[in-house]
Amino acid sequence: MNTSINWIKDLVPGIKEVGDQEFRDAMTMSGTKVEEFNRLNKNLEKIVVGQIKSVEKHQDSDHLVICQVEVGADAPVQIVTGAPNIPVGSSGQKVPVVLDGGKVAGGHDGSALPADGIKIKKGKLRGVESDGMMCSIEELGADREFYPDAPENGIYILPDSAEVGEDAVHFLGLDDCIFEYEITNNRVDCYSVLGIAREAAATFNKPFCPPVVTETGDDDDVNKYISVSVEDELCSRYTARVVKNIRIAPSPLWMQHRLMSQGIRPINNIVDITNYVMAEYGQPMHAYDYDRIAGHKIVVRRAKDGETFQTLDEQERKLDSDILMICDGEKEIGLAGIMGGENSKITDDVKTMLFEAATFDGTNIRKTTKRIGLRTDASGNFEKGLDPELALEAMNRACQLIEELDAGDVCGGVIDYYPNKKEQVKIPFEPDKYNRLLGTDISAEQQLAYFKNIEVGYDKDTNMLLIPSFRQDLKCDADIAEEVARFFGYENIPTSLPHGSTTMGGVSFAQRVIDTASETAEFLGFSQAMTYSFESPKVFDKLRIAADDAIRTTVKILNPLGEDFSVMRTLPINGMLTSLSTNYNRRNKDVRLYEMAKVYIPDPEDPACNDKLPDERVEFTLGFYGEGDFFDMKGVVEEFFTKVGLFDKITYDPNAGKNFLHPGRQANVIYDGKVCGYLGEVHPEVADNYSLGDRTYLAVIDLPVINEMAVFDRKYTGIANFPATTRDISMVVPKNILVGQIEDVIAKNGGSNLESYKLFDIYEGAQIKEGFKSVAYNIVFRAKDRTLEEKDVTGAMDKILEGLTKIGIELRK
Amino acid sequence: MMKEKLQEIRENALKQIESTNTLESLNDVRVAILGKKGELTNVLKGMRDVAPEDRPVVGQMVNETREKIEEALDAAKTAIASKVREEQMKREVIDVTLPAKKNKIGHPHPNTLALDEVKRIFTGMGYEVVDGPEVEYDYYNFEALNIPANHPAKDEQDTFYINDKVVLRTQTSPVQVRQMERGKLPIRMIAPGRVFRADEVDATHSPCFHQIEGMVIDKNVTFSDLKGTLAEFARELFGPETKVKFRPHHFPFTEPSAECDVTCFKCGGKGCRMCKGEGWIEILGCGMIHPRVLEMSGIDPKEYSGFAFGIGLERIALLKDEIDDMRLLYENDIRFLDQF
Repeated sequence: MNTSINWIKDLVPGIKEVGDQEFRDAMTMSGTKVEEFNRLNKNLEKIVVGQIKSVEKHQDSDHLVICQVEVGADAPVQIVTGAPNIPVGSSGQKVPVVLDGGKVAGGHDGSALPADGIKIKKGKLRGVESDGMMCSIEELGADREFYPDAPENGIYILPDSAEVGEDAVHFLGLDDCIFEYEITNNRVDCYSVLGIAREAAATFNKPFCPPVVTETGDDDDVNKYISVSVEDELCSRYTARVVKNIRIAPSPLWMQHRLMSQGIRPINNIVDITNYVMAEYGQPMHAYDYDRIAGHKIVVRRAKDGETFQTLDEQERKLDSDILMICDGEKEIGLAGIMGGENSKITDDVKTMLFEAATFDGTNIRKTTKRIGLRTDASGNFEKGLDPELALEAMNRACQLIEELDAGDVCGGVIDYYPNKKEQVKIPFEPDKYNRLLGTDISAEQQLAYFKNIEVGYDKDTNMLLIPSFRQDLKCDADIAEEVARFFGYENIPTSLPHGSTTMGGVSFAQRVIDTASETAEFLGFSQAMTYSFESPKVFDKLRIAADDAIRTTVKILNPLGEDFSVMRTLPINGMLTSLSTNYNRRNKDVRLYEMAKVYIPDPEDPACNDKLPDERVEFTLGFYGEGDFFDMKGVVEEFFTKVGLFDKITYDPNAGKNFLHPGRQANVIYDGKVCGYLGEVHPEVADNYSLGDRTYLAVIDLPVINEMAVFDRKYTGIANFPATTRDISMVVPKNILVGQIEDVIAKNGGSNLESYKLFDIYEGAQIKEGFKSVAYNIVFRAKDRTLEEKDVTGAMDKILEGLTKIGIELRK
Repeated sequence: MMKEKLQEIRENALKQIESTNTLESLNDVRVAILGKKGELTNVLKGMRDVAPEDRPVVGQMVNETREKIEEALDAAKTAIASKVREEQMKREVIDVTLPAKKNKIGHPHPNTLALDEVKRIFTGMGYEVVDGPEVEYDYYNFEALNIPANHPAKDEQDTFYINDKVVLRTQTSPVQVRQMERGKLPIRMIAPGRVFRADEVDATHSPCFHQIEGMVIDKNVTFSDLKGTLAEFARELFGPETKVKFRPHHFPFTEPSAECDVTCFKCGGKGCRMCKGEGWIEILGCGMIHPRVLEMSGIDPKEYSGFAFGIGLERIALLKDEIDDMRLLYENDIRFLDQF
């Protein structure tokens, strides 16, 4: 929402002297946020209306001319110019002239304006004195879009009404400042100049002087001209008036300037009046050529599916039965609230016209504009949900302007279809309650004074606040408290801290596990990554996931930003590999990343989430390439388990069944019989798919499983007081037997004194027979309460060896 | 005769000790004099030739000699040892400016760094950190927050839909509702988490980002409590000189509502590039919880009141760490991450 400050100040004369910055700050603090402001004349100095007296040729130049320009001073000013629209011998044109020592906003080519403008000084052009400059519209910082009469590359010629010597900036309405407001969607009333002016008046506690709309129209009766029938509830109010003997002409300069300040291009008096009233009141209006309305009858009804309609921008629009149409006796003549039809638009030779100001359902308009892809200023206002009371006010204001501008003869009477008049909203006045909510002590009188400024009435007898119709946002105590707070000033409300009962702050157990995982990963050299939660369904192919794998069942987004972001991830792998790939292809060496990646697993019975939300699980995901191998990753996993109090033996099942991992280098991580995740080397084909040239390792730990087992309590078990006895064994083991199996035997058969065992050598090759490997373990026994005797250890070792022999292992002699 | 002999041994020994400069040769001296076959030991062995009445005198003389020599040996030993250590230390001088041997340690994500700060501040004030689903019912994300169907705010948020009842949450505010529905009062909570909006990726937008929701519900909670709490928070987060400014705003689920600005922590409020010359930076939205929102979640607005606020985590991270492009946060280039 953009508005001219001069317009606001005309409506609130008491703030005439308020500076731009002061206005901005005060409005922002009372709730009408000013995004920015642009003073149009900040770099326009000493610019007056001049009149060209004579134009002579410059002797030393083909394109320069020498002008004598009357500027209201004792003598004319001599100006040399190269402007193509000031030919030799011409005279009489009125032009903006910047005098010596003045300033213009920009260059004549319309390029970006310099921050401090351009100084203009006397000088000589090819030997001839030039004491000033005649200005193009661009040099005045304006735009040809709004001054269609301005020539391209030429001096802007002012209308004859300009007086020689007067301030040209004022004449052009450029002594103004345009404020851009951010209006919140609850304040529909502030999408209008009057709404903002009302706020300004209340903010500065000055009187608000809106236009006084007077009776209009002749003795004629509008009902003789037109009948209106509204057949749908989407139109809650429809007002219409007729204007005869239309006299199309340009609108006066003051109106043009105001429209331009709103960013609206002036067209002619009729169009300008509808636009002006819309800017002023926020109520869109439409003008139809009365003579093109068949049967002189307006019918408001829905369109039929499959119909088409040509809007006045000459585009064919496809209609459906959810679109509200304005029709005449035979056909559609307008898309209600959005745009009129080509078939009824006013042209320069219009004689009689029908003015429409109506209230249409905002939601329907919003949906329609989206569906047909046509959004206009009018629809933009309607979709906010306009106050129906506005329609008639705007209608009468428009007719007043018709008479003021002598643009036609307003026919007496008005058609006003308004079956369900809005009821006055009343809210009990409870000043203490507002103070309690705000933590303030503002007197009831003061509060009522604020309300008066925003036209909220008060009925003393019933102790009721009477909410004006345009304040559709005021519905309950809290809304009223906000009004009190706004005008008391948020900055004046004291500060305190809540002083109720104390509460225990803290993080959840699951969060503690996450924190521990992060800490462990970071200590081990992994940096934290974050990737998107949604990805492409093609990821599954990239990861070699089988076509019938359940993991391909995803939560799908109905309206994604594109296929690449269309399904919620069920695996945390793609984000990790993509990030590693980014690093690899930027030649970053030895990269280690981790992510606390949520996956979204839909219920297999209800993948569309109709009755059940998906299971959201945090996967502690690690990945690296460069220095390190499978066993480094395994070490990271084990460190984490220790950190969360899982001290028992982790087992690894090589049959993890992950297609995206190397078939011979992957394992499920199992603790206490539960699969907690997996780790492995990325399958070379998958590595290729992600352009990863190094061997890459991944580990994924499913934290919900960990959360069920993790323990942060620790118990001291004492430090061993008695000596340990150690035994080394060296074995010849069939290749297919895993070290894990050997360890299982040692753990199971080692007895209660077994303290630890450690692999210290593994060897395949010469000296070992084909199909076998040599494996050596160091086994430690210790008792807590005594020094072990030889026979204790021998007994345990015998059992271990017996167990090993059973699975086909020979002891090396 | 004996006396002269001892005198000679003593002088000879002292001379030898003096000229010795290694521990090894010192030991040789000791052995040569005091050892089993040493000179002085030999003298002792010759004691049987001494007349019995002279033995005590001679014995004393021998002991004296021995003590003197031992003293000299000890002194020499200490001197040599310290000299040897000194030399060793001289040899072992290292260039302490040579590069350190580093353990490669990983780094947290800047979002985490910022979130940890926020969590630290609020848990210290007795707030519980709670969590809620990211794939959320429309009811929690909109309706229960006073954003009914067809409310323009719903369109503005560019929601991703899973079906007509389920969305990717566009804000962390639904966690408020879930927490209120648990029915345990009073409430002091923050709910950090991931949210989603259909914004194309660019330097300031991401379809996937994070918010931190905060909520306090108790008897007699006031707007001035809201101001005080957030002012405290801003000072903790951005430094003790930080000032806050509350501007009226509108959110469907709070009333009165405000936006909160802090004085630019780069220029201290004078105006710079970071704050676009304003001196102030907008950091969060907040307000008193709308009575309808309380009511819908089963809390009596006549008895309880509360405030809520929502902070954009990325906004805090970008501002605090002076990161100029949001895309960096989701690219995970190690050269970026290693700076945090």
